[in-house]
Amino acid sequence: MADPTDETPDPTANPTPRERKVAEDLNLDVSDPHESPANPENRVGLDRRAADEENREQILRNAPEQIVGTARGERRKRATRRAGKKVIEVQSTGHSWDGIEEYDNPLPRWWLWTFYITVIWAVGYVLAYPAIPLVNRATQGFLGVTTRDEVARDIQRFDEANAPIQTRLASVELDAIPGDPELLNYANNAGGAIFRTWCAQCHGSGAAGAPGYPNLLDNDWLWGGTMEDIHYTLTHGIRSPEDPDTRYSEMPKFGVDGLLEDEQIEQVVNYILSLSDEPHDAQRAAAGEEVYVDNCSACHAEDGTGDRAQGAPNLADAVWLYGRDGRADPAVIRRIVHDGPYGVMPAWSDRLNEGEIRAVAAYVHGLGGGE
Amino acid sequence: MWDSFKLIALGAVAVFAAIAANYAHDLAYLVNALTVMLAAGLTFLWILRRMEAPVVIADQNEYLDGVIRAGVIATVGWGLVGFLVGVIIAAQLAWPSLNFSELTHGFTNFGKLRPLHTSAVIFAFGGNALIATSFYVVQRTSAARLWGGNLAWFVFWGYQLFIVLAATGYILGATQSKEYAEPEWLVDWWLTIVWVAYLAVFLGTIMKRREPHIYVANWFYLSFIVTIAMLHIVNNLSVPVSFFGSKSVVLFAGVQDAMTQWWYGHNAVGFFLTAGFLGMMYYFIPKQAERPVYSYKLSIIHFWALIFLYIWAGPHHLHYTALPEWAATLGMVFSIMLWMPSWGGMINGLMTLSGAWDKLRTDPIIRMMVVAVGFYGMATFEGPMMSIKAVNSLSHYTDWTIGHVHSGALGWNGMITFGALYYLTPRLWGRDRLYSTSMVSWHFWLATIGLVLYASSMWVSGIMEGLMWREVDAQGFLVNAFADTVIAKYAMLVVRALGGVFYLAGAGIMAYNLWATVARQPRVAETRVAVPAE
Repeated sequence: MADPTDETPDPTANPTPRERKVAEDLNLDVSDPHESPANPENRVGLDRRAADEENREQILRNAPEQIVGTARGERRKRATRRAGKKVIEVQSTGHSWDGIEEYDNPLPRWWLWTFYITVIWAVGYVLAYPAIPLVNRATQGFLGVTTRDEVARDIQRFDEANAPIQTRLASVELDAIPGDPELLNYANNAGGAIFRTWCAQCHGSGAAGAPGYPNLLDNDWLWGGTMEDIHYTLTHGIRSPEDPDTRYSEMPKFGVDGLLEDEQIEQVVNYILSLSDEPHDAQRAAAGEEVYVDNCSACHAEDGTGDRAQGAPNLADAVWLYGRDGRADPAVIRRIVHDGPYGVMPAWSDRLNEGEIRAVAAYVHGLGGGE
Repeated sequence: MWDSFKLIALGAVAVFAAIAANYAHDLAYLVNALTVMLAAGLTFLWILRRMEAPVVIADQNEYLDGVIRAGVIATVGWGLVGFLVGVIIAAQLAWPSLNFSELTHGFTNFGKLRPLHTSAVIFAFGGNALIATSFYVVQRTSAARLWGGNLAWFVFWGYQLFIVLAATGYILGATQSKEYAEPEWLVDWWLTIVWVAYLAVFLGTIMKRREPHIYVANWFYLSFIVTIAMLHIVNNLSVPVSFFGSKSVVLFAGVQDAMTQWWYGHNAVGFFLTAGFLGMMYYFIPKQAERPVYSYKLSIIHFWALIFLYIWAGPHHLHYTALPEWAATLGMVFSIMLWMPSWGGMINGLMTLSGAWDKLRTDPIIRMMVVAVGFYGMATFEGPMMSIKAVNSLSHYTDWTIGHVHSGALGWNGMITFGALYYLTPRLWGRDRLYSTSMVSWHFWLATIGLVLYASSMWVSGIMEGLMWREVDAQGFLVNAFADTVIAKYAMLVVRALGGVFYLAGAGIMAYNLWATVARQPRVAETRVAVPAE
């Protein structure tokens, strides 16, 4: 229980009329002990407030700028004294959410002006270029330029520039192309570009080929390496299903169709390896010779040099269409003999015109192996 | 009574899903149906077991924070998954043998994992972060408990189910082939239901708020929720081929479909990754910096300008295509006008720190948030620039686009989310502070270096690629084969993958730090937080 002598009487309990008047003037709550004039504790603060109130105008006139916000509609003041121009306006909006308050800073001028400029630019652009859809078509803009026209113009410009030589390329004798420096130069450029677009996916952008896709840089040709041969291959393709004149041949699936026993395949694989002096099992290779003569020599020839009329590869050289890293690989040869290869190259006549096909032919012919 | 209804409904769903699984036309649908059956069955059992338990009436004067805790865990978990898959596909681009096509029969090919990565980071990581933080922010700034009782929990679990259905669908081959809208019709329908529930919870909480005004963060969150609902529904209008198969036919065709898709795609960036995350920024930056927001005026103006302008900018994704030129023009000019409204958010974020810049030295969380806002500003300058037709003719289809997206995603979305997670975890679990501030610092540097490696390698790679593609000789013939550009990019692709590894490592450190904060730090405060009295 509290000591009764500690109790202090409430100073605001009986305010005098003078105190009521002071409270009224300063708009205070007389019953609140923290601000009531009846509480002697508040006297100093209240005196100061009354004085401030009295001299309000003069104080505001001379106030340092840092502590005064601008009133609504008033021009914002700039202090030029320190560190250039600094806009001073730091008032809070008075809201608070979970302790977060917001300043009422103005929009940064540079931000606002950049925004305006982008809007003005946008309006200008909309007037200048195709922009607003109407009933039949969109507004075309006062410049009258469209991106489609620009592309079409570029294509037309090159087409026109190349037209004479393109016509000549398509009409001269095929064999005359490599001998004509002007035609050859053009064909190399055009053919190279077409090659990199259409052919590089399989033959590689350097034309060095990949397993199953012939290397076009060497002297080894499956179907012939003259201008005429290459041109025909390009036009009609190899085993191309849509073209009736395509180059066609098919190696039997010796293993899949049960034409040879596994051991016989093993023997013939070793024989094939022996033709080009690759490491092999001599005993099996000897046995494989008979298998080879009976089954393979009709196409690949007795000595293994192949037959271009049927696209049968030369097996006696060191070039391997189906190999591993450009070298012979017994497992791959075994698979080829067992499953039978069926490499396809599309006929290009429905995608490229005659001039373009000739350009590619001349390009490939000139890569090093042309005959 | 109400529980019995729920049981009947869940039982029906489970039985129907089982029937659907039986008649499924494709593997993806089968797995999705079984997942739904499992989810409905588990929920059925959970409700059944609790039916006899005494009903606990939630105190309406207390924040609903459990669902936010779950959301924080989900955000971290899905984030790790998404970043990991991102590192894997980045490595696949540099070293294609990592597809392991023969080993996995194509299920781990780049084409399958890529949508898994994008959806995991945008929708699983970003979406969970948005849902969790929006629930946190809307309660605090409205001084009100989440509306709708356990509806918030339905939103959380429903959204996780959506993620699982979508992800398994991608791997098993169900896709509409619409970027960022890959899920097929059944998953889309489910997301629609979940999203409407989300809108209801959010709006309900705002409507019963005890603050006189709606805080700016909530404007952004609300615009994000409403717009995503609209975008999602319109872009996914499609007719299922069969009720028992995942394939559906999109309502639009050709260039109209492309335009709808990129209207969606661009605004998914605009409202999901920009507006939603600006909401996050507007709460967590002032809180962490303990400073007032810089400008109320700016927040109003840039909010409305952003909302109005963003929705038109989609056609810039289709420059130089079958899209009519007038549409491309409109997309471009609106993108340019969008520059300053986007920067309004950056200014407000950065200037909020004025007077607290010294905190950058001592507080790695603030540092993270500043980097986030910085990358936001950079990406929102780069975007309008890339939308200019002439620039786009160089940048389109190249790695530059990938770099742009990632400087936004890793820099802005990732960093601001990490900042928010570091802020939330100690508060949600009633811990005094994080387990380790130096780990936050490590995370900050790893993530920053990772994202600089990523963005700069993709700029170099993309610009090089664009220049190589367009290079023609004097006669107008292309100089480079496509394969040449792929070979030329190799070094940059490796650097990019390395950047991803850094970023993932940082996230791993964060996951450990957050786990340790909860598991190793003493509890100092009650996790049940009372709504402050007015």
